[in-house]
Amino acid sequence: MNFIGIMEDEKKLAAFEAKIASGQKIEPKDWMPEAYRKQLIRMMSQHAHSEIVGMLPEGNWITRAPNLRRKAILLAKVQDEAGHGLYLYSATETLGIDRTELLDQLHTGKAKYSSIFNYPTLTWADIGAIGWLVDGAAIMNQTALARGSYGPYSRAMVRICKEESFHNRQGYEIMMHLAQGTPEQKAMAQDALNRWWWPSIMMLGPSDDQSPNSDQLMRWKVKMESNDAIRQRFIDRTVPQADFIGLSIPDKDLKFNEQTGHYEHGPINWEEFFEVIKGNGPCNAKRLKARNDADKKGRWVRDAAMAYAEKKKAKAA
Amino acid sequence: MTDTQWPVWEVFVQANPGIPHKHVGNVHAADAEMAIQNARDVYTRRSEGISIWVVPANSISASSPEDQGSFFEPSNDKPYRHPTFYKIPEGVKYL
Ligand SMILES: [Fe+2]
Ligand SMILES: [Fe+2]
Ligand SMILES: [Fe+2]
Repeated sequence: MNFIGIMEDEKKLAAFEAKIASGQKIEPKDWMPEAYRKQLIRMMSQHAHSEIVGMLPEGNWITRAPNLRRKAILLAKVQDEAGHGLYLYSATETLGIDRTELLDQLHTGKAKYSSIFNYPTLTWADIGAIGWLVDGAAIMNQTALARGSYGPYSRAMVRICKEESFHNRQGYEIMMHLAQGTPEQKAMAQDALNRWWWPSIMMLGPSDDQSPNSDQLMRWKVKMESNDAIRQRFIDRTVPQADFIGLSIPDKDLKFNEQTGHYEHGPINWEEFFEVIKGNGPCNAKRLKARNDADKKGRWVRDAAMAYAEKKKAKAA
Repeated sequence: MTDTQWPVWEVFVQANPGIPHKHVGNVHAADAEMAIQNARDVYTRRSEGISIWVVPANSISASSPEDQGSFFEPSNDKPYRHPTFYKIPEGVKYL
């Protein structure tokens, strides 16, 4: 690029940053720095992948839901997650990458998805724990992202957040019923909380000292808040909910600090988190295989539908 | 043949009778009929709409953001198009 080209780009960058600082959204056809586009594609596609991989652990219980009401609710919830995946893939495509490529990245293991979905759902109570904790943690993150600068992502987040509160409540309701049930049912709820608590607070990402928030991403409103700040808010809101139904958070160091008004938690096992991210969690291989199988088995349906549509069009012409 | 995720269709939903259809996002579908069905499942799971339009994404032409200033400029120098441009004496009613 020549000197004039560089000057031009600097002018565009200044205008771009001023626009964001003034609270305006960036739209797909607007000029944007390459780093902004790249970072958004990475974040948004990871988010999309998380929505659809997240259907797997919950889908595992649809046929075994304890009654028809629970089954209908779980079906609707898992369908919502598919919808979230679709909104997010389509928002990501506005950045100039197509869904085939995004899915390829997922299926070849090149792209990541949320660490949380690599844990197994062993009992029905896990479905309660996921809605309450996992969707609860996701809401904390997503309400922050809804204020982000990229129009299509921010709008998708607004829509998703509206739907998430049903997910969160139905999960808490499952836990509440179990906690008020027989001693065995209560033990099952506690066991699910024990297994999902730490992964849920880890899914909000590495602590701030391990993941320094680039000023640039904050200034560009790609990232809105630090991981630790979001985690703190999640813990502060969730602990009293556990207390209310008589379940205990599996953290012996957890205590409320009267002075700060926040809960303080014990050390997080980041080694486990990074292992799961690297692909060594309990279900990574299983999740990836399920996605790849679904893609391969669905291939003929996609091809046939397209061939049929083309034939119909040719006939009409 | 390469894998197909089907063409993209932009989706417009009318929330209630008497108001315009509004753009809500897009779907992938093999044809218009499937696009409408997918749009219903993706964008109106909670009675958000009573009518859906789908348009092949590649049929949409748009103004370009770079030209925004000059393109919309002509309307800026015609303040007389707005009722506030005209001064009407205090006592005159219904005007
Ligand atoms: Fe979701
Ligand atoms: Fe989500
Ligand atoms: Fe959800």
